[in-house]
Amino acid sequence: MQAAAEPLHGHGHGEELSWWRKYVFSVDHKMIGKQYMSLSLFMMLIGGLTALLIRWELAWPETPVPGFGWVPEPTMFEGVVPPEFYNALITMHGTIMVFFVAMPFLLGAFGNFLIPLMVGAPDMAFPRLNMMSFWTIFTASLVLLAGFFVPGGAAAAGWTGYAPLSADPQYTGVNWGINLWLIALAMEFASFLMGGVNFMTTAINMRAPGLSLMRLPLLVWTQVTAAVLFLLSVGPLVGGAIMLLFDRTIGTSFFLPARGGDALLWQHLFWFFGHPEVYVVMLPGFGIILEIFPVFTRKPIFGYKAIVYSIIATGILSFLVWAHHMFVSGIDPRLATPFSVTTILISVPFAIMVFSMVASFRGGAISYPTPMLFAVGALGTFLIGGVTGIFLGSATVDIFLHGTYFVVAHFHYTLFPSVLFGGLAGVYFWFPKMFGRMMNETLGKIHFWITFFSFNCVFIPLFFAGVAGNMRRVYNPVQYDFLKHLAGIHQFATYAAIVLLAGQIPFIINFFWSLFAGKRATDNPWKANTLEWATSSPPPHGNFEKVPTVYRDPYEYSLPGATEDYLPQYAPTPAARGV
Amino acid sequence: MLSWFPENISTFGGDIDRVFGLIYYIVGFWFLLTEAVLLYFLVRYRRRQGHAPTYSRGDTWSELAWVLVPVAIVLALDLGIDMAGGPVWAHIKEQRPADGVQVIVTGKQFNWNFTYPGPDGKFDTPDDVTIENELHVPVNQNVLLTLRAKDVIHSFFIPNVRLKQDVLPGRTIRGWFNATKPGQYEIACAELCGFGHYNMRGFLIVHDSNGYQEWLNKQWPPAATADAAPPAPEHS
Repeated sequence: MQAAAEPLHGHGHGEELSWWRKYVFSVDHKMIGKQYMSLSLFMMLIGGLTALLIRWELAWPETPVPGFGWVPEPTMFEGVVPPEFYNALITMHGTIMVFFVAMPFLLGAFGNFLIPLMVGAPDMAFPRLNMMSFWTIFTASLVLLAGFFVPGGAAAAGWTGYAPLSADPQYTGVNWGINLWLIALAMEFASFLMGGVNFMTTAINMRAPGLSLMRLPLLVWTQVTAAVLFLLSVGPLVGGAIMLLFDRTIGTSFFLPARGGDALLWQHLFWFFGHPEVYVVMLPGFGIILEIFPVFTRKPIFGYKAIVYSIIATGILSFLVWAHHMFVSGIDPRLATPFSVTTILISVPFAIMVFSMVASFRGGAISYPTPMLFAVGALGTFLIGGVTGIFLGSATVDIFLHGTYFVVAHFHYTLFPSVLFGGLAGVYFWFPKMFGRMMNETLGKIHFWITFFSFNCVFIPLFFAGVAGNMRRVYNPVQYDFLKHLAGIHQFATYAAIVLLAGQIPFIINFFWSLFAGKRATDNPWKANTLEWATSSPPPHGNFEKVPTVYRDPYEYSLPGATEDYLPQYAPTPAARGV
Repeated sequence: MLSWFPENISTFGGDIDRVFGLIYYIVGFWFLLTEAVLLYFLVRYRRRQGHAPTYSRGDTWSELAWVLVPVAIVLALDLGIDMAGGPVWAHIKEQRPADGVQVIVTGKQFNWNFTYPGPDGKFDTPDDVTIENELHVPVNQNVLLTLRAKDVIHSFFIPNVRLKQDVLPGRTIRGWFNATKPGQYEIACAELCGFGHYNMRGFLIVHDSNGYQEWLNKQWPPAATADAAPPAPEHS
C-alpha cells in the first residue's frame, strides 16, 4: 500500500494510477462496484450450473447428465449424480445464490456504484474499508468453491445448515467441506459488515447540499435499510457459525444433544438472521425497480413517503417473524399464532409498496426499453411470491406445505424477481453510466422474453408439485408412489430450466459486445432526474467536477409548467431553465 | 390446484385442505385483480402521440386512499385467514386426545422405528415390539404418537394424513392422528437428514378393526401373552 498521505480522491487530473491500483486494488467505489458485479455474475454461472444438475436429477433420476462424464468419482459416476453430491449441490446452490450472488449483486454492485453518485459524494466514506470488503468476499468465494475439491466433497447439510446434521462430520460424511462452508460464510458476513458501515455512513454524512433525507432516491433508502438490517441481525449467526465450527473441530457440543447441546438452537440463530436477510436481498431489488419506474412512466413515483415508511416498517417487522420458518420444527405450538400474525403484518408495508408501484403507472406515458421490461417483470412475478407467502404464513396450511416444493417455488418467486429481474434491470439501466456505452436493445429484449417465460415455466409447475406433497431436497422423488405422477412436471421444469440458462447467452454476448462496441452513452441517456446523471458517463475519479447542489425531490417528471418532461434534482430552478 | 392434494384420510386433514381452499380463493382473487389492473395500466398508459402524462405524487391522503383502502381490506382478510386457521392448528397440534393407540416414533438415519407397548400397555417392558418402517394402526381410532429422533433432525410426514412434525434428538414431541380409511400409505422424511434422506421411506398401514385385531394377534399371540413375557417377535 502507498502512504496514507496520498489523496484518495484525485480530482480528475494529475496522478495516473498504476494498472494494479486502478483495476485490482482499487479504492474507487465505482471500480469496486464493477468488481462486485463481475464476481456475482461469475458466481451466478456456477449457481446456475448447480441448478442444472439438480433439475436433471429430478427429471431423469440416476441417469447421466450429458457433458458431465468427465467429473471424477466419487463426485459423479460417469455423469450420474449420486445422493451425496446431490445434497452438496442443493447446499451450494442455495449458499452461492443467496450469499455470493444476491448480496454482492444487489448490494455490492449497485450499492457501491450508486450510493456515492446518488448522494453527490466523491466516494464512499471509507474507501480502503470498501476495498477490503470486496477482497474479503473474493477470498470467501474461493474458500467456498474449494469445498468442491476437498475429500468428502462440499457442504451437504442444506444451505440452512441445520444442526446436529451439520455439527458432526459422521452425520453427513462431509468433513472439511462444511468447515470451509462455515469459514466462507463468516468471511462473507464480515465483508458485508464493512460494506454496510460504508453504506450507512456515506448516505447519512456525505449527502450533497440540499439533499435532505426525504429527497433521497428510494434506492438509497432500500440499500441503507438493508445495511442496518444486516448489521443488527448477523451478529447471532456469526456467533452461531463459530460455535458450529467449534462443535465440528474442537469437540464442543453447543448443537449436539447427545453431549448436552440443543437441536433447535441453531435454527433460532439462523432464522433470526435469515428472515431479515430475505429483506436485505429483497429491498435493494425493489430499490432498483423503484428508480426505473418513474423514468419510463415519466411521472413521479406514487406515494414516495408512504414507500419510505414502508421500507422502514418492513425492516423493523422483519425481526419479529423468524419462527414462521419453524412452525413444525418442534417449538411450542402456542407460538404459531403470534408468529402467523406478525407474518401477516409484514405483508402490509409490502402491499403498500406494491400497490403504490401499480398506482404509479396510472396516467403515465410508459415506454418499454429493456430495463423497464425487466423492472415490470420483477413486479409482476414478485406478486406471485407475495401471495403464495400467505399460504405458508398460515401455520395450519404450513403443516402440509412446509418443506415441500411449494416453499421452493415460493421463495424463488420472491428472490428471482428481486435479484435477477431487478438486478438485470439495473444492469441495463446503469450500464451506460458504468461503462459509458449503451447496451443493445434487440438482444436485451430477446433476453427478457426468454428469461420471463422460462422462469415462469420452471417454477409455476413446482407449486403443483408442492401441493401434491413433493418434499424438497429429495434425490429421487418418483420412487414414492404418491409422487410418481409428478415425473412429467419435473421434466417440464427441467426443460424450462435449460432454456432459462441458455437464455442468458444473449445477455453475456450483449454485455461484452456493448462493453467494447456499444453506442457511446450521453451523460443522461434516459433523461432521468437523480444525481448520478449529473456527471459524465462513466464518471471521473472523484465523481463530480463540482459538488452538485440539490434543489428538489428525486422524481419530478412531467411537472406542470416545466419546459421538459423531467427536472433533475441538480437543475437550479425551473425559471433558470427558461420557464 | 386444489385437486392436486393427495387423498386425505384423516379426521383433521379436511380442515387443513379447507383453510388452503379459503386462502386460495381470497389471494387468487386479489392476485388476478392486481395483475389485471397492472396489465391494464401498462397497456392503457403506454406512450402515445398526444397523451401527456399526469403529474400525481400520491402524497395526499385522498390520493393515498387508492393504496391504503385495498391494503386495509387485504389486512382484514389476512387476519380472517389466521382466525380460520387458528382453531384447526390448535386442534391438531395442541389438543391431543386423551385415549388412543400408543406408538413411539423414532427417526434415525435412515429409518423410521415404530415401538408398540404390547398387551401390558406400558413402554420399556419386555413385551414392547419395535417395527421398522411400518406403522400399523386401526381405522377410526386415535393414534397417539410420541416422536423422537436418535441422531439428527428428521421430519415425520404422512402426506395422506396431512401430518408433518419434525422430530428432534434430545426432545420428545407429542402428536396424534385419526385415520378414516383402511389401506396402505407412504411415510416420508421431510427434513434433510443425510445422504439417505431421500430413501427414508415408510408405510402407514391402516387396518379395519378385524384386520387390526389379526395383526395384534400375530405380534403378540394370545396364548403367549398369558405367559407374561415371551420373546417378542422382532421385525427389525
